[in-house]
Amino acid sequence: MRRATPEVNAGSMADIAFLLLIFFLVTTTIEKDKGIARQLPPIEPPTEAPPLIKEKNLFIVNVNKDDQLLVEDNLMELKDLRQAAIAFLDNGGAPSGSPEYCNYCKGARSPSSSDNPDKAVISVQNDRLTSYKMYIAVQNELVAAYNFLRDRESERLYGWKFTELNKAINEGSFKGNEDAAKEKLEAIQKLFPLKLSEAEPKTKGQ
Amino acid sequence: MSKFKKKKGGELPHISTASLPDIVFMLLFFFMVVTVLRDTNLLVQNQLPKADQVEKLKKDRAVYIYAGKPSSRYQEVFGTEGRIQIGDKYTSIENIGLALEEARRKLLPELQDKVYVALKVDGETNTGLVSDIKQVLRERNLLKIIYITTPGTELSN
Repeated sequence: MRRATPEVNAGSMADIAFLLLIFFLVTTTIEKDKGIARQLPPIEPPTEAPPLIKEKNLFIVNVNKDDQLLVEDNLMELKDLRQAAIAFLDNGGAPSGSPEYCNYCKGARSPSSSDNPDKAVISVQNDRLTSYKMYIAVQNELVAAYNFLRDRESERLYGWKFTELNKAINEGSFKGNEDAAKEKLEAIQKLFPLKLSEAEPKTKGQ
Repeated sequence: MSKFKKKKGGELPHISTASLPDIVFMLLFFFMVVTVLRDTNLLVQNQLPKADQVEKLKKDRAVYIYAGKPSSRYQEVFGTEGRIQIGDKYTSIENIGLALEEARRKLLPELQDKVYVALKVDGETNTGLVSDIKQVLRERNLLKIIYITTPGTELSN
């Protein structure tokens, strides 16, 4: 005679599920914080004279208290800033044959703009009453200009995009020789070093 | 003979608890999807600006600074001027350094030298407040900062 299979008690299933529920409640982090990373300049001893930068190697972005942009003494819309910055950084105005000649630049090579990307400095000047939203938007556009140029060079030299590889390494999803890739990343960074300077903000009305 | 005969005595019917795990699992999934963990209680408005050229922040080596107007329920007491929050309380510009030092000591010892200062600043704040913070950070030699943003671009609106 066959016996009926005994019923399995599922009462403790709820307890197990609760345990899981509490575990996830404690450990989940839904969203990772992302942002624009920056290295602040250390405080210089006051005796040291600031380095001299030629007028043509300086790209001045001025933001006033009403969030308007003044780029190289011209009023500009935010959407045009990226292109203007790219044109400035990529100009490569130093004459060919000189030690400062930039052989990878594809810009206009205008002698009145930057000599090479290593010399080119972007200076952002904010008013104290500029909104933080605008400040970040400007920083974002300028970083985008650098990323565009770095992507272009890394694609030309190695066949991959600088920003994508950088992201893959940071997320740990990069497969292959990480040290060799990092070396190449640094080489690209050297071609277009991030030279963003920030002046002390002016007080209102100055 | 009646059709509506009581089957048994006044015994209570057995309630099946077999579906209880299903209900709990549903709750589990609901919470897994919607939870956003907040380790600090926000005292300021925090509508972060948008940016798309971003890097990820390594949370284990981050110290947070919040800034913005006080939240609506605190505005009666603290006004509407932009304020700085570190940990669970408002901090004045002069005390940022001490508050940061306190927050930094809570990190793992081997990461304390690689500390990142994460600035979570409301989009409507004045840049002046942010540059005051940055000046203090420079004096404290905390030079690595990251402006936390939300995905998107300011250009699209």
